[in-house]
Amino acid sequence: MSRYFSWGNIPVLLVAVGLANTAQAANITIAVASNFTGPIKQIITDFEQQTGNHVRLTLGSSGKIFAQISHGAPFDIFLSADSVKPAALEKRGLTVPGSRFTYAIGTLALWSPRPGVAVKQGAILKSGKFDKLALANPRLAPYGVAAKQVLQSLKLYRALAPKLVMGENIAQTYQFVATGNADIGFVALSQLHHAKGSRWIVPHQLYQPIDQDAVILKAAKNNQAVFAFSRFLRAADARKIILAFGYKIPQ
Amino acid sequence: MAFKVTVRVRYPDFLLDVDLAIAERGVTVIFGPSGSGKTSLLRTIAGLNDTAQGQITFQDQVWQSERIFLPPHRRPIGYIFQESSLFDHMNVRQNLAYGRKRTRDPMTLSEQQHIIDLLGISHLLDRHCGQLSGGERQRVAIGRALFLKPEILLMDEPMAALDFARKREILTLLEQLKADLKIPLLYVSHNIDDVTRLADHMVILAAGKVTRHGPVEQILSSHKMLNSLCDEPFSLLFGQVITPETRHHLTEVSIGDAIIRMPRQKVKKHQEIRLHIHARDVSLTLIRPTQTSVLNILDCHILSIKDPTPDGQCLIELGLHNISIQARISAYSCVQLNLAPGQRVFAQIKAVSLVQ
Amino acid sequence: MNTGFSQADLIAIWLTLRIATVTTLVLLIIGSPIALWLARTGSRWKGPVSAVVALPLVLPPTVLGFYLLIIMGPNGPVGELTRALGLGTLPFTFWGLVVASTIYSLPFVVQPIQNAIEALGPRPLEVAATLRAGPWDRFFTIILPLARPGFVTAAILGFAHTVGEFGVILMVGGNIPGVTQVISVQIYDHVEAMEYTAAHWLSGGMVVFSFIILTLVYSFNRRRKSSGGTYGV
Repeated sequence: MSRYFSWGNIPVLLVAVGLANTAQAANITIAVASNFTGPIKQIITDFEQQTGNHVRLTLGSSGKIFAQISHGAPFDIFLSADSVKPAALEKRGLTVPGSRFTYAIGTLALWSPRPGVAVKQGAILKSGKFDKLALANPRLAPYGVAAKQVLQSLKLYRALAPKLVMGENIAQTYQFVATGNADIGFVALSQLHHAKGSRWIVPHQLYQPIDQDAVILKAAKNNQAVFAFSRFLRAADARKIILAFGYKIPQ
Repeated sequence: MAFKVTVRVRYPDFLLDVDLAIAERGVTVIFGPSGSGKTSLLRTIAGLNDTAQGQITFQDQVWQSERIFLPPHRRPIGYIFQESSLFDHMNVRQNLAYGRKRTRDPMTLSEQQHIIDLLGISHLLDRHCGQLSGGERQRVAIGRALFLKPEILLMDEPMAALDFARKREILTLLEQLKADLKIPLLYVSHNIDDVTRLADHMVILAAGKVTRHGPVEQILSSHKMLNSLCDEPFSLLFGQVITPETRHHLTEVSIGDAIIRMPRQKVKKHQEIRLHIHARDVSLTLIRPTQTSVLNILDCHILSIKDPTPDGQCLIELGLHNISIQARISAYSCVQLNLAPGQRVFAQIKAVSLVQ
Repeated sequence: MNTGFSQADLIAIWLTLRIATVTTLVLLIIGSPIALWLARTGSRWKGPVSAVVALPLVLPPTVLGFYLLIIMGPNGPVGELTRALGLGTLPFTFWGLVVASTIYSLPFVVQPIQNAIEALGPRPLEVAATLRAGPWDRFFTIILPLARPGFVTAAILGFAHTVGEFGVILMVGGNIPGVTQVISVQIYDHVEAMEYTAAHWLSGGMVVFSFIILTLVYSFNRRRKSSGGTYGV
């Protein structure tokens, strides 16, 4: 026995075991816009439990993920914060045709981590009794576009321009407000799942819908697990999670 | 006491522990082997050693005490470092001016010119320091310190980095300075020649402690002390010029009651001078030689005879009135002449050199 | 297709140069005494202080930015101080970026100066002290001229590093045009917004700028070495 076994063989054994495992369960890699961090983690947990597949998650801004995919990043599914980028990828032929769908519609909230701040109906915006208002950069982030539309609808955009500070994405915008460096900020309602303080869920008529589209990328066209995940995202369990985080879902 | 230094400096391997009253006039040489704490003592006096504890008072100023520590730039000193330490980003003139510009009572132009002439550096003023020789650099450094009009001059082996010729050049300069300056000079050295030529007072340091301290005549009149400081035995005699130049172009010097003649020297009548006589240049006879070319034959008596050295030499101490000189002869001669303490002998001095 | 720099790019370039200039001055003023102390001290605090100064070299800028956002924010100690002084809070302001960049670029300024002063040795300062020069006098008449190459290198590196700074500024800047929207952030925005041509213009400019700066530093240092500039004997 000792002739054939030595401790030095252990790594070989481990690699063999690892290979055996992957033969049964598939790996999928998904790239997700950071506003969807909360729901996607729960959805992945459920999906992995039910299917035994393994999901690798990359979080980031949609713009960065888009640039990476354009230059050959090996993602299987892309969950964008908007509908523009998945459509652009589709147009370039980088996706599986017909795989694009809206998985969630974002809801914008005006938030302050302090209780008792007059955020309701945007009262504080009209009074101007604050120092800094954080929003995501409208050039880069769909939530920023929506926030700008809200301010324009309220005819406050010009007046408040000097008080605006812009996060590169909605996660950084949240951070500005959470650390108190901005008094209030337009964030995604989904980010406020556990957050305290004062919030105003901005009525949808004040901004264009934030359609968040998902798309399967070309590299995954033969990966059944990826299609399974795409179906899972539209199934009842996932919808429940998405709704719970304050998103809407198209009928 | 006018210049009192009581300091302790603790080093990893030794303790400098000094309690000194330093003479207010003339040259005091701090003498000792390397590692004895000489430089450390000088730096402490200058205020360059902020770990030193103790008390330093100079005239009516307290430079250091338990509560006071006067930083070096507030002490009225001039300091010459071992190597010249000129500022290389300035020319000679700027180096000279650096300290002068910062004194409260700057030196006048004529005083400056006097020092420049004394040091022989007038042709160097517009040179860059990189172009100077070691001796020139050290002369400029001395000038720079003198331009401060210091109340005391501290020199840390200023010739250590120089070759023999430059050394002589600077030593001659220091002798002139000594005559010219009215301020005390504290001079660190491990070279006995510096002591014999310059010192009025001597502080002998060993392992951080003062072993002897006093006027140089007193300390160096002990041959035991002299021999312990130097490998080659010699006598140092302190005398006065009687006749600078005789008809025969000799110089006559009185040493106590004796008279020593030497080839003509550039000296003045009544000038205080020092004579250096190697023990090996003194030979002995039992009867006064008459037909000899030797200039100096002194009627002495033997004070003591040391045991012969392994190379067969005997060191003999001779009394001459109230002074003493050393002679070194072979042990063979010592036995042949049957020499004994108390005996009358004639010392023939083959060579005398003028120290100052 | 647009070529050249947009108005927003030009504003960002001008802002970046202003921030880098002010930061460099602040860095020299703050960095010199630190470098001087580090070069001279035998204190047991030398190690820890050196480590603190060098921290930005190894920490991800996001870590620094995150803590600065918290510390300078209204609930942080620095934020409370600045508010008590009536200065408001520092994030999203010009001076906030200057503070952040100063901390971030500090090792690039302290280390060249420290090395230059260490190479000088204690002797020239001792000589100056015996020539009646006080500490400030010694700094300006001895250290500054003799260690000048160290200061020049420090200033150039500090300036260039601030111009190239991104992560910390992204975290505490808030991307306000003309106030905190610097070149590196503008490039990031161009890339994110898929404006690749505009990104190329700015990025290419940064590459050329950095190349010129580093060439200057290296040729300056080499010229110094070949000219010899030793001190002493």
